[in-house]
Amino acid sequence: MFQAFLIKYGEIGVKGKNRYVFEDALVARMKQVLYPVEGTFRITKEQGRIYVEAEGVFDYEETIAALQRVFGIVGICPVVLREDQGFEALSKDVMDYMHRMYEGVKKTFKVHTRRANKNYPLTSPEVNEELGGRILKEFPDLSVDVHKPDIMLHIELRSHHINIYSEVIPGPGGMPLGTNGRSMLLLSGGIDSPVAGYMVAKRGVYVDAVYFHAPPYTSERAKQKVVDLAGKVARYTGPIRLHVINFTDIQMYIYDQCPHDELTIIMRRYMMRIAQKLAEDTGCLALITGESIGQVASQTVPSLAATNDVCDLPVFRPLIAFDKEDIVAVAKKIDTYEISILPYEDCCTTFVARHPVTKPQVERIRRSEKALMEKIEDMVKEALDTEEVIEVR
Amino acid sequence: MEAYLDNSATTRCFDEVTDLMVRVMKEDFGNPSSLHTKGMEAERYLRAAKAYFAENLKVREKEIYFTSGGTESNNLAIIGAAMANQRAGKHLITSRIEHPSVENPMQYLEGQGYALTCLPVDEKGVVSLAALKEAVTEETILVSVMYVNNEIGSVQPIDEMARIIHEKNPRTLFHVDAVQAYGKYQIFPKKEGIDLMSISGHKIHGPKGSGVLYVSEKVKIRPILFGGEQQKGLRSGTENVPGIAGIAEAAKLCYQDLDEKVERLYVLKERFAEGIRKLPDVQINGMPVREGAPHIVSVSFAGVKSEVLLHALEEKGIYVSAGSACSSNKPSVSRTLQAIGMKKELLGSTLRFSFSFETREEEIDACIQGLEELLLVLRRYVRR
Repeated sequence: MFQAFLIKYGEIGVKGKNRYVFEDALVARMKQVLYPVEGTFRITKEQGRIYVEAEGVFDYEETIAALQRVFGIVGICPVVLREDQGFEALSKDVMDYMHRMYEGVKKTFKVHTRRANKNYPLTSPEVNEELGGRILKEFPDLSVDVHKPDIMLHIELRSHHINIYSEVIPGPGGMPLGTNGRSMLLLSGGIDSPVAGYMVAKRGVYVDAVYFHAPPYTSERAKQKVVDLAGKVARYTGPIRLHVINFTDIQMYIYDQCPHDELTIIMRRYMMRIAQKLAEDTGCLALITGESIGQVASQTVPSLAATNDVCDLPVFRPLIAFDKEDIVAVAKKIDTYEISILPYEDCCTTFVARHPVTKPQVERIRRSEKALMEKIEDMVKEALDTEEVIEVR
Repeated sequence: MEAYLDNSATTRCFDEVTDLMVRVMKEDFGNPSSLHTKGMEAERYLRAAKAYFAENLKVREKEIYFTSGGTESNNLAIIGAAMANQRAGKHLITSRIEHPSVENPMQYLEGQGYALTCLPVDEKGVVSLAALKEAVTEETILVSVMYVNNEIGSVQPIDEMARIIHEKNPRTLFHVDAVQAYGKYQIFPKKEGIDLMSISGHKIHGPKGSGVLYVSEKVKIRPILFGGEQQKGLRSGTENVPGIAGIAEAAKLCYQDLDEKVERLYVLKERFAEGIRKLPDVQINGMPVREGAPHIVSVSFAGVKSEVLLHALEEKGIYVSAGSACSSNKPSVSRTLQAIGMKKELLGSTLRFSFSFETREEEIDACIQGLEELLLVLRRYVRR
């Protein structure tokens, strides 16, 4: 029924002279997500508007679904695009449109005209009034409400054509990918970290990821699960480069050398150190974690501080003040939840003390880590040298 | 070196079986119901397979039905017989250590208004005969018990059970899930008092998706699949001719020199058990080596998580199972291990090792050696 979509974007509009950078990034990402969709699409920028036009037959539902995964889009409006052939032709197009969309429904409406083409023979109020009157006459079930209409019928008189639309399908919001550099996500198989990656990516950040694999304590299936999760997140963030780090030896060394109630904190400090090294090597400007205050012993405020102690790069923790239910809601929305709850990796608990410290002191942790001095640097280097890189798309 | 010690999960197809199946698929691909020669050719495989199983089990050809495997055979036997005999009574009996493909149909029927008794087992995994005797009543229409348990290899006293059941109620049907026993034991249903018996192809070096159900001609049974009325209407659907040819060929090869091969399996099992006994803090579950099934050994390793040990063995190319492979996708505790009264702390520390006629001594030795090395390492890292 529609061959075109008008794309509304929010914050980009206010970015001054950089605006074209943001718009270009948005268009590039739209092309990427529409590529696998059935149909041929033309994306055009015109005076602060972006249009997607489909040529011939295309998959309407999939097109909408794909565009709904493009950060930066706040609304997708299925639109009727017409050349200006005089007011009578416009009126006829509007009536056709109303018949197709709202035949026999009891609703209120309002006509909202924007006259970008200042040469149009009628003024905006004149168009509103004339079209509103004709609609009222033709549709006995519709009535006018200028304050809170059910249907806001937009008529946009542009310099080259006219837009007619009334439906705005919400987009994800946020900023176009690639407008805010790249960051390294610490991805586990859990519920939180994929959500954290999604949320930061939504602000225009490209995401790479690192997963700490500990065979035989974590299985190949657990690794596959992380790859699958990255795949789900990549639907929003574009391709993800997943670094798989073998962490077993480091884990066992820490176990052998350090107090057991500090195992988790020290382990996490090494995960951060390795992630940071990877980030620096691959041009990432920050780390992303799924930490949330108080969720587990290693995420109390003192624990977070102790973990953060080893980081020089900024660490983004978008879920820091989220309750679990809120995280789960996002996980369900982006379709990672079902994968996250698969039970493949409870074996790592071997390296978790029954009663881990909840108020670690940074000084003490640093002292405990001295026991690792002899070998740890070589082990970290070895872990980085033997990383496996998986391109997830 | 690779050591595949997970033969109770599935076995490698014998080469002869694969070759035969390829031929059937490429050349004799007809539909056995077709009237032309192509159909006749395909039908010949069905007849030959039926004849083989009838001879092997000492039953009649018309008592052999082909299914898609153990799960379907069990479902058809249990649901089909329970439905057909509900006028005679609505009481069913099974044991606490059955495979999910028996347990779940039973529970389904319970939800449909049947009464269900689950018999307890002793610490070796043998069903209590006293409990069985007590459970069978005038109302009992079906008893279903497995011949060999898939997790610990315990063997049930099938003929004794049949005698007890039929003494108390001659009309009660006795179904035996012989999926883990067939191909290792010479089973004669009529002699042992078995009315229905399930067999699976892929546990005996045949193809997946193939199975047999023996249904004694005196049994009243209803179909659970409806369609083109193949196999006398009890199992509609075009016969899986390559699968049927395959399962018959596999069975034939298994039963050649059976006693000799089973003796060899017991020697392997003894070798394995001996190696295990030398390891510290381990325990072999179930029956004594020579009394249990020749191909299944269940071992508990105190202080080691079975999944971790499984993956560590996997790194060495040794493939085994934690609990039962069919249910290991969920972290549920094994019902069988619970039923034999295993200590709680060992439930998550138990592995199953299962052999086949193709298992070699080197595989056994590699596994023992691997365990010896790994237990030392893994036991150092325990949760404190």
